[in-house]
Amino acid sequence: MGPLKKIQYNCRKATFLIEKKQLASLTLREKLELRIHLAGCSICRTFEKQSILINRMVKDMFTNSQHQQFTLDDDYKKQLQDKIDQQLNKN
Amino acid sequence: MQAENKDFNITTDLPINPHQWVSRYADYLYTYALSRLTDEELARDLVQETFLAALERADQFKGSSTEKTWLTAILKYKIVDVYRKKSSQFLHSTDSVSAEKQQEDFFDPDDGHWNVPHRPQAFGIEDQDPFTQSEFTHILQLCMKKLPALWLSVFTMKHMDEEDTDAICTALKVTPSNFWVIIHRTKVNLRACLQKNWS
Repeated sequence: MGPLKKIQYNCRKATFLIEKKQLASLTLREKLELRIHLAGCSICRTFEKQSILINRMVKDMFTNSQHQQFTLDDDYKKQLQDKIDQQLNKN
Repeated sequence: MQAENKDFNITTDLPINPHQWVSRYADYLYTYALSRLTDEELARDLVQETFLAALERADQFKGSSTEKTWLTAILKYKIVDVYRKKSSQFLHSTDSVSAEKQQEDFFDPDDGHWNVPHRPQAFGIEDQDPFTQSEFTHILQLCMKKLPALWLSVFTMKHMDEEDTDAICTALKVTPSNFWVIIHRTKVNLRACLQKNWS
């Protein structure tokens, strides 16, 4: 089996390239391999869609968690400020 | 006049104001740590450590960034430290190994084909705004918590902080090729977990 034929049927390799593509650039050869694979494999096309979805969700999750403020309780904050003040007085 | 003013202390000497730190930044830093570590006690401890470390290094604050940015950078460094410790602690032990084992069934070992029971099936929400599906986000969070420590560290640093790949490799002591293996495995695993728990 030639190397291009191999990728055509190798979903593990294809999913690896799908992941790499989203975070870095693929080589020309890798781009070609992935395109050939995806043209014939609907399962990996589903995987790619879902992979992109997951990345987007994770990103949104983090952005949202910065809008949503968690708060420390007041007692802990007071202790914290006391420690800082103690430290300042030492100097 | 200025030469006589010898009794200035740390707070007037430097462009920082530690007396205000807790009221200004504690909640922000806590939120920052919590979103990356999902461990309330640890997040709390790191906020404290950050303030104390900042006091010790107060003379290094040059005023080229804001106080908030400076404190966040110190906290971030501490979080990476936690990642590193957790990852090396588990590097050779059960969690990565069992997660890898779990994946052996996903693909045919010879030709790399999806094995039939593990083939990705549509979730049905691929084309919608994921945030209309808060249940789905919740499952995603649970699935992330099940990841091996090293995988989660790599994944979080890359996606949350958009760190440079080389920087992640250095911080967590993984090779670049292993980095991509981990990124791939993490996603395959997360996707499978979502499919299993979303119905």
